[in-house]
Amino acid sequence: MSSASASASTGGTATAGGTASAGGTTPTPDVASASAGGTVTSSRRRGMFASSARGLFAAPEASRANALHAGAWWLWALGLAVAASRTTNPLLLGLLVGVAGYVVAARRTDAPWARSYGAFVKLGLFVVALRVVFSLLLGSPIPGEHELFTLPEVPLPDWAQGVRIGGRVTAEQLVFALYDGAKLATLLICVGAANALANPARLLKSLPGALYEVGVAVVVAMTFAPNMVADVVRLRTARRLRGRPTGGVRAVLQIGLPVLEGALERSIAVAASMDARGYGRTARVPASVRRTTNVLTLGGLLGVAAGSYGLLAAEGAGYGLPLLGAGLLAAMAGLRLGGRRTVRTRYRPDHWGARACLVAGSGVAVAVLMIWANAYAPEALHPGVVPLEAPELPLWPALSVLVGLVPAFVAPKPKEMV
Amino acid sequence: MIRFENVSVRYEEDAEPTLRNVNLTVPEGELVLLVGPSGVGKSTLLGAVSGLVPHFTGGTLTGRVTVDGRDTRTHPPRELADLVGTVGQDPSAHFVTDTVEDELAYGMESLGLAPGVMRRRVEETLDLLGLAELRDRPIATLSGGQRQRVAIGSVLTPHPKVLVLDEPTSALDPSAAEDVLAVLQRLVHDLGTTVLLAEHRLERVVQYADQVLLLPDAVMGPPAEIMSVSPVHPPVVALGRLAGWDPLPLTVRDARRRAGELKAHLEGRFPNPAPPAFEARGSGGGAPGFGKGRDRGLSLFLRRRTRPTAPTTPTTPLANVTALGVRRGRVEALRRVDLQVAPGETVALMGRNGAGKSTLLSTLVGMIEPTAGTVRIAGLAPHSTAPRELIRQVGLVPQEPRDLLYADTVAAECAAADADAGATPGTCRALVEELLPGVADDTHPRDLSEGQRLALALAVVLTGRPPLLLLDEPTRGLDYAAKSRLVAHLRTLAADGHAIVLATHDVELAAELAHRVVIIADGEVVADGPTAEVVVSSPAFSPQVAKILAPQPWLTVEQVEAAL
Repeated sequence: MSSASASASTGGTATAGGTASAGGTTPTPDVASASAGGTVTSSRRRGMFASSARGLFAAPEASRANALHAGAWWLWALGLAVAASRTTNPLLLGLLVGVAGYVVAARRTDAPWARSYGAFVKLGLFVVALRVVFSLLLGSPIPGEHELFTLPEVPLPDWAQGVRIGGRVTAEQLVFALYDGAKLATLLICVGAANALANPARLLKSLPGALYEVGVAVVVAMTFAPNMVADVVRLRTARRLRGRPTGGVRAVLQIGLPVLEGALERSIAVAASMDARGYGRTARVPASVRRTTNVLTLGGLLGVAAGSYGLLAAEGAGYGLPLLGAGLLAAMAGLRLGGRRTVRTRYRPDHWGARACLVAGSGVAVAVLMIWANAYAPEALHPGVVPLEAPELPLWPALSVLVGLVPAFVAPKPKEMV
Repeated sequence: MIRFENVSVRYEEDAEPTLRNVNLTVPEGELVLLVGPSGVGKSTLLGAVSGLVPHFTGGTLTGRVTVDGRDTRTHPPRELADLVGTVGQDPSAHFVTDTVEDELAYGMESLGLAPGVMRRRVEETLDLLGLAELRDRPIATLSGGQRQRVAIGSVLTPHPKVLVLDEPTSALDPSAAEDVLAVLQRLVHDLGTTVLLAEHRLERVVQYADQVLLLPDAVMGPPAEIMSVSPVHPPVVALGRLAGWDPLPLTVRDARRRAGELKAHLEGRFPNPAPPAFEARGSGGGAPGFGKGRDRGLSLFLRRRTRPTAPTTPTTPLANVTALGVRRGRVEALRRVDLQVAPGETVALMGRNGAGKSTLLSTLVGMIEPTAGTVRIAGLAPHSTAPRELIRQVGLVPQEPRDLLYADTVAAECAAADADAGATPGTCRALVEELLPGVADDTHPRDLSEGQRLALALAVVLTGRPPLLLLDEPTRGLDYAAKSRLVAHLRTLAADGHAIVLATHDVELAAELAHRVVIIADGEVVADGPTAEVVVSSPAFSPQVAKILAPQPWLTVEQVEAAL
């Protein structure tokens, strides 16, 4: 097995988060200066400047100490996803997918969770295909003139009016379905990128103390899916040893029970281990604090619920916002107070440094620019379906999507695999 | 440090108690080894120390268990977490986080230690266990030995006063096991940690123990004293008892010092039954030597035993592997492996964890397709042969025998096996009766002990009467009694003309069974030869008796006993 992507070099980790932008006081990382040394070409003075500048700004090798905050990756990916939800232009969507894919290729590690990206891409393609198939079979409200072909239509009774199975298929309707599917697929791929780049367990470390244990339970539960898949594969191949075919539905059905039993046994074993290692230890807190916590949390949640109802309902917009705000405040205070019950501390939490700001900021920027582009160039972002038009690549929105590439240059670079 | 006062544990109301009236006191800073046959409650006793029994497992515990003055009755496991570190049988089930460093810190985070302290202790523990290189690795990518060390490390960081380990070396190859044990000894010596461990492979651990606790009677005493009466004991003790040495030696070194007289006595004699390797190479069965009455299990097989009257002439090998290569992704699991197995021959595959032993076995049964070279079992290419056809040629008992068992009763399992193999109904059941006398038809396979489950899986595989039988790590979790039953079964099968290939870390098993030993390192065959020669030439793989009596060619106590 080759060595891990991000093995810690406890030494030269000069640009850990916040110190990156701190001017010339930061010592030059060895790696960067060494590589920059070979690039001194033109005038000596410029060369020296370039080497120190590159030393400062080139992405350092990733290690535990300078690991990017998992939240930054998620913000970046959500930013791209928001941008994707604001357009149906297939060229822009393709650009978004390209940006996400490039960053993943440049910055993902070799860890198991990093391999999920491919699965998300496949899921995206599946969604597109599904959307098109549904549109073919069920028809679409999109009026169209370019009839491609006609499927035999299933006659439906009167009460099913408005539902159609089969029938006319137009080019417009297919293009619309394709655009719509591409949008969903891009959203999925953005989420997949965040999954591949950020360790889900690290994200947990940023949860408030009161929620940590729920979070651990969720993460442990999530690791069961891959474990169960591994079990299914193992048991299916083991069927060969009994002289039974390894494929087919029967195979999966017969091993269903053993797989579930195995998963159950494993979860009990993990629970025992967690218990024996102090999971769920609580500090003694005065009864008054406990009561206040309960009142604040419950009251806060009620406030949030009522406030959002007020915001959404036709009347009561006046009290909605303040109530929502107060509810949020109370709930947060409750969580904070609840955190007192937990004794746990955090080992090497990720810091939110300048690089994290840049990564998160680039995602937010893409989202904001795209929303803004909707104001100045709505037609370019939503190419016409009726009548059919060839989509064009609008210059400024395309450039704003490219802002999302920033992480590929500023995020710490995983160590090269041998 | 640990005190049991009149402790009994029973899991069900009307069942026999698993532990009965145990009284014992473990002083601080001792390494106590728990020995006893399977099913006498070793795991239960360990669980009672960490509070998992009965808080987590259920059942009723009467009496009182205190650890450093804390009563487990009033302290659930999490309240003992700062005091007791527990590692169970399967380290993979122990991990909560996904990277090595986070795993080491998890326990300390739960206890709320200051970040500075956590950081320092993680660094110390990484060094102590030699894990510094692996600190950022995802746990899923580690080997068995590495995982075991991470699991031990993860309970060490909170600096518990007591460490409880259930079979820490069972799944490990000999050198990885020595690493782990060296760490334990260092903890006991340097930090004064009290260690309580259960282990079946006594030959590995007994020399490290300060005290031995023998179950089910819960007698505790110095190792030599307990070993002289214990029904389970390592070969060095068996040899010592045989030779009447007193005090009983526990280490190979002590035994070698005492062995002068025995060696002089054995001078000029040769192992009889002769080391199978000397007579069985290519000939077709080491049967003649086995009628000496040493194998109690033999009588069970009389019905089926066909004693080869004359050594058959060398035939074409049953399994023929030439220049085999297997790649998994970018990893070359096997490279240019050549192996021939003749009918009646027993071959042991040895080598460290992850060397490619299991891959080779999987290739032989067609679970993995070779990327280079050829594999032929009785002339068939396994991966392209229909499974129904193949099970009449080759059968594999996998590392986890329960992978083979799908049904919910023994009887149903047997019926299914008959149907799968196209054998006459009742064939499998008859085999189970031979291998596993007295198991009721309606027993659920999961309720069987480790050894019983192995026997059931073996019976299922043997239903197809495959001439080639493969076993992957068959003695994991077996006590000495179960192991000697297995050895007897396998010898009978070999005498019947079955070829057997077993992948194992258990050097004693290889010495007892194998005609030939093949050592695999890094996907390549590095040694292939008669057991006596291969095993004696590499210290890591030589059995205790061979080490004690070197340079004489004795491998097992049984041979010595027969010669005296």
